[in-house]
Amino acid sequence: MSSYDAHFRVWRGDATGGGLGDFTVEVNEGEVVLDIIHRLQATQAPDLAVRWNCKAGKCGSCSAEINGRPRLMCMTRMSVFDRAETVTVTPMRAFPVVRDLVTDVSFNYAKAREVPAFIPPADLKPGEYRMQQEDVGRAQEFRKCIECFLCQDTCHVVRDHEENKEAFAGPRFLMRVAELDMHPLDAAADEGLDRKRAAQEEHGLGYCNITKCCTEVCPEHIRITDNALIPLKERAVDRKYDPLVWLGKTIRRRRSG
Amino acid sequence: MTQVERQAWDVVVVGAGGAGLRAAIEAREQGMRTAVICKSLFGKAHTVMAEGGIAASMGNVNEGDNWKVHFRDTMRGGKFLNHWRMAELHAREAPDRVWELETWGALFDRTPDGRISQRNFGGHEYPRLAHVGDRTGLELIRTLQQKIVSLQQEDEREHGAYDARLKVFQECTVTRILKEDSLKEGGRVAGTFCYERESGRFFVLEAPAVVLATGGIGKSFKVTSNSWEYTGDGHALALLAGAPLVNMEFVQFHPTGMVWPPSVKGILVTESVRGDGGVLRNSEGKRFMFDYVPDVFKEKYAQSEDEGDRWYEDPDSNRRPPELLPRDEVARAINAEVKAGRGSPHGGVFLDVSTRMPAEVIRRRLPSMHHQFKELADVDITAEAMEVGPTCHYVMGGVDVDPDTAAATGVPGLFAAGEVAGGMHGSNRLGGNSLSDLLVFGRRAGMYAAEYAAALAAGERPVVDPRETGAAEAEALRPFSAEDSGLPHTGRPAENPYTLHQELQQAMNDLVGIIRRQPEMEQALEKLADLRVRARRAGVEGHRQYNPGWHLSLDLRNMLLVSECVARAALERKESRGGHTRDDHPEMDRRWRRVNLLCRLATTDGRPELPEDPALAHIRLERREMPAIRDDLLELFERDELAKYLTDEELSS
Amino acid sequence: MATGTEPTSTTGASGVHGPTRAAIPARHLRTERWWLYPASTAAGLLAFVVYSTWRAFANADYYHAPYVSPFYSPCLAENCETMRAGPNWELFGGWWGLSPALLILIFPLGFRLTCYYYRKAYYRGFWASPPACAVAEPHKSYSGETRFPLILQNIHRYFFYAALLVAGVLTYDTVLAFRDESYAWGHMGLGSLIFLVNIALIWAYTLSCHSCRHIVGGRLKHFSKHPVRYRMWGWVSRLNARHAVLAWASLISVAAADFYVYLLSVGAFDDPRFF
Repeated sequence: MSSYDAHFRVWRGDATGGGLGDFTVEVNEGEVVLDIIHRLQATQAPDLAVRWNCKAGKCGSCSAEINGRPRLMCMTRMSVFDRAETVTVTPMRAFPVVRDLVTDVSFNYAKAREVPAFIPPADLKPGEYRMQQEDVGRAQEFRKCIECFLCQDTCHVVRDHEENKEAFAGPRFLMRVAELDMHPLDAAADEGLDRKRAAQEEHGLGYCNITKCCTEVCPEHIRITDNALIPLKERAVDRKYDPLVWLGKTIRRRRSG
Repeated sequence: MTQVERQAWDVVVVGAGGAGLRAAIEAREQGMRTAVICKSLFGKAHTVMAEGGIAASMGNVNEGDNWKVHFRDTMRGGKFLNHWRMAELHAREAPDRVWELETWGALFDRTPDGRISQRNFGGHEYPRLAHVGDRTGLELIRTLQQKIVSLQQEDEREHGAYDARLKVFQECTVTRILKEDSLKEGGRVAGTFCYERESGRFFVLEAPAVVLATGGIGKSFKVTSNSWEYTGDGHALALLAGAPLVNMEFVQFHPTGMVWPPSVKGILVTESVRGDGGVLRNSEGKRFMFDYVPDVFKEKYAQSEDEGDRWYEDPDSNRRPPELLPRDEVARAINAEVKAGRGSPHGGVFLDVSTRMPAEVIRRRLPSMHHQFKELADVDITAEAMEVGPTCHYVMGGVDVDPDTAAATGVPGLFAAGEVAGGMHGSNRLGGNSLSDLLVFGRRAGMYAAEYAAALAAGERPVVDPRETGAAEAEALRPFSAEDSGLPHTGRPAENPYTLHQELQQAMNDLVGIIRRQPEMEQALEKLADLRVRARRAGVEGHRQYNPGWHLSLDLRNMLLVSECVARAALERKESRGGHTRDDHPEMDRRWRRVNLLCRLATTDGRPELPEDPALAHIRLERREMPAIRDDLLELFERDELAKYLTDEELSS
Repeated sequence: MATGTEPTSTTGASGVHGPTRAAIPARHLRTERWWLYPASTAAGLLAFVVYSTWRAFANADYYHAPYVSPFYSPCLAENCETMRAGPNWELFGGWWGLSPALLILIFPLGFRLTCYYYRKAYYRGFWASPPACAVAEPHKSYSGETRFPLILQNIHRYFFYAALLVAGVLTYDTVLAFRDESYAWGHMGLGSLIFLVNIALIWAYTLSCHSCRHIVGGRLKHFSKHPVRYRMWGWVSRLNARHAVLAWASLISVAAADFYVYLLSVGAFDDPRFF
């Protein structure tokens, strides 16, 4: 066991302004960045605002940017840094800052509400649902999401362009659309809701230019781009840009009609 | 006081974990305008930490399972101290609550015929836990969260506003239950006093019915699997409102928490590791659990490693391995091995799956454990054993409630569900019974809270006593003026709340922890009195906007209250049972099974208010006799087995 | 704060330096060499563009029996060199006077240009949109692939179909490469080996395409009802995980195959024959 003093720069301030403050703080073996922030709170800056909860990478509360990279503070071990290195911790930069490391993430909750919920099949009662493991596997991957919103934070569509926030749901909620579209029993189609089309027309799927930063920062290692966003784009193509699919459907409709 | 904003609701739910959200959904579906208030962001509640699964006797994997077997397992696990009616309702209703989740979009792991897969767990006779890998709690919370959103979408279509009938106040804390008359004992609930963590702004939610669903108390202990929110808020709010707590001496130490590195000490290692084949070994490589099967369980568990190993494949003709004993037994065994000098290098024992399953299977069945050890401890569990040791995990005790309606004793309009409610789990909770508890009693609390609120005509609603609001505001602001409390003025607050918290955690861990002794608990009570005195001087710097030091100062009151409950009740109960182990009274005593210990606020003049002098005891104990178990439920057990728990007198009647 | 709070709209704000964001002057605070990835991507792609432009317009040195450069196969104009039993299909007749490579390269080029991996690569490498994760991009506004021309990226699957045909022809060329200079079968040289590696990589890249993954099975709602397609989807998914690596490997191999033919053709050396 060995301890050392690390140099930290932590952003302090609020919506009216602020800046990086310098701290020298003790680090012990096995610690993570959140431990150091807590030590700062307990010893040097009792009112340092930070959001956290489980400290085990399961709740997705302690999202921040460490040396410029969006990360969970509880899952960033100090051992990944050089001892002489200055570690810079700032709040997420895509969202309005509240105070210190805490940001206003209400954008995400507003977007969550815009995605129509799961629609249960009308003819099945509770307990009668039958689904095969291979049919739920894809959606289960997306349901690993802990809603840390790091993907929303890193996505340049809204990070660098505030004005796109209205039209663009962000990776997390496009993934939610994909999840529901891949749910084996979702009855959206029966209700006249086309999730594929909605992804494109309501949730701004077209803004995504698949540069994969969402996948890069995901602490749950969900392959957001490859497994959710691109399949969703392909599904939207089925609906909107594929004359072959359109032709096939028309013929089938003729036949059955 | 006039500047405090007020909003009127029908039902206020405090806490947005599994129980709180389920209660809110129910209350809203019963037509009540419902507010949910939670300390964290919506969807971050401690429920996400639950890994193993939801216990419900659906019988999908083994058809022999039904609610009676589940009831029996639950009573055994709780060493018959469970409120039988709660255990019955829980076992009967759990399957419906799980199936209902599917209609809200939950995706559990499946059986080959497409039904919900169920896994084995400690204390459950059959594979019973509906699960999603090892992140079942996340699935539960997300499903409930998304159900809430879908109800809000409905309201938006009908009323034009998402929040019209169901609103989540996230990152807000409730510091007091407000009543209609602060002087009257048994007065009705009239609302809650709250502050917004982000701005520090105070507000009052007026409502005739309040559901407490705040979870547990683990943050009073140093080594714990619980998150920062678990400061016993609901327990303390109920006490302060005049409701008693029951079974507070029973604190579950989960046998397998991480022990290294120090910063993650206490983080949970799910029981499914053992349910799926993981074994416990000491430093000599021995599977020591075979030496720790207590007499009451002798016939139910394998006597040899071979038999235990065969059980995974053929559970019908073999007995289960002792690694799957109820949690209290395993935690004590690990504690004993470490004390005997047969522990691992960092003071735990070894939990090994790497030699039991192929790496591929481990990664598929235990993905988040694999991830957790890789990221936090740099240990690859497919290649080496984990080091684990007991960690404070769950409090069986809680608000004393009516089993059917979840109404708190003695305070009309107050309800409690989930970990904050007591009685359901007796002296020890079985793994998997927590998530089902949240759903079953969350729904019941929501339903009866709605019924209670609906029954009050407009003019009959209790009105908040303005004195209560004023007192609550003054209490919440005290940490800012602490430095002016007549102490040597140094320009710094007199007491650092973080230091006080650490001392409290250390004291509870060392003195009222997994193994308890009378002198240590007495010492703990002295320490608690000292901390209470110092906590009055706890102060903070800065302002009210998102100030964690201030938040902690306020939470300290709650932690000190519940810690005192735990210590007093533990000192009083002179036997060992479930989550309460006395070194000086190591045996289970059937006479003690008939006794429930109730904790109440020690009031000086009859009204529920904290004593002026912080050094005085804040909690007084009351004994209450356990209600007799209904005959048809007793008949589910062999007489020989009952004789281990019930007194001769009870058996003969 | 309640979940009802609407996101504050601040039109005219500029991303991370907008008025509501934490006041940090730096465009980014990344400490590692984040620019290495976009820079090397841009350099690699640029090198290929320069090379392929030269070779495509050269209209020479693309056939050396039995090898035909993949840039010129199939050869669809009358002005193609005669390749015995080779991919000479004079669909375009005699009026085409430019390099015949231009006729066919459109398809693999379009396939790669609209490929989900290459899009990431050039959006980051050339367009700096974004240059790297959490590094502010220099553009004032951004509409992604919502408008013309980038909305055309949605036709990727048609280029995939075309790429299948082209890959088929290149497979045929590879078979033909197992002849010797006088068109006798059953021989193999270094060129045959290069062609073999190239066609394997071309197929792996083509089949690992995201559109392919979608068509094969990804579009299904119930895998359990289509076990064969589910299995195929599984294979494609595994390949798809390496799509980026395959994109680069096949890009290099196709250039290498072409360059090899060029070297033989200009007489730099003789094809070493194995048998």
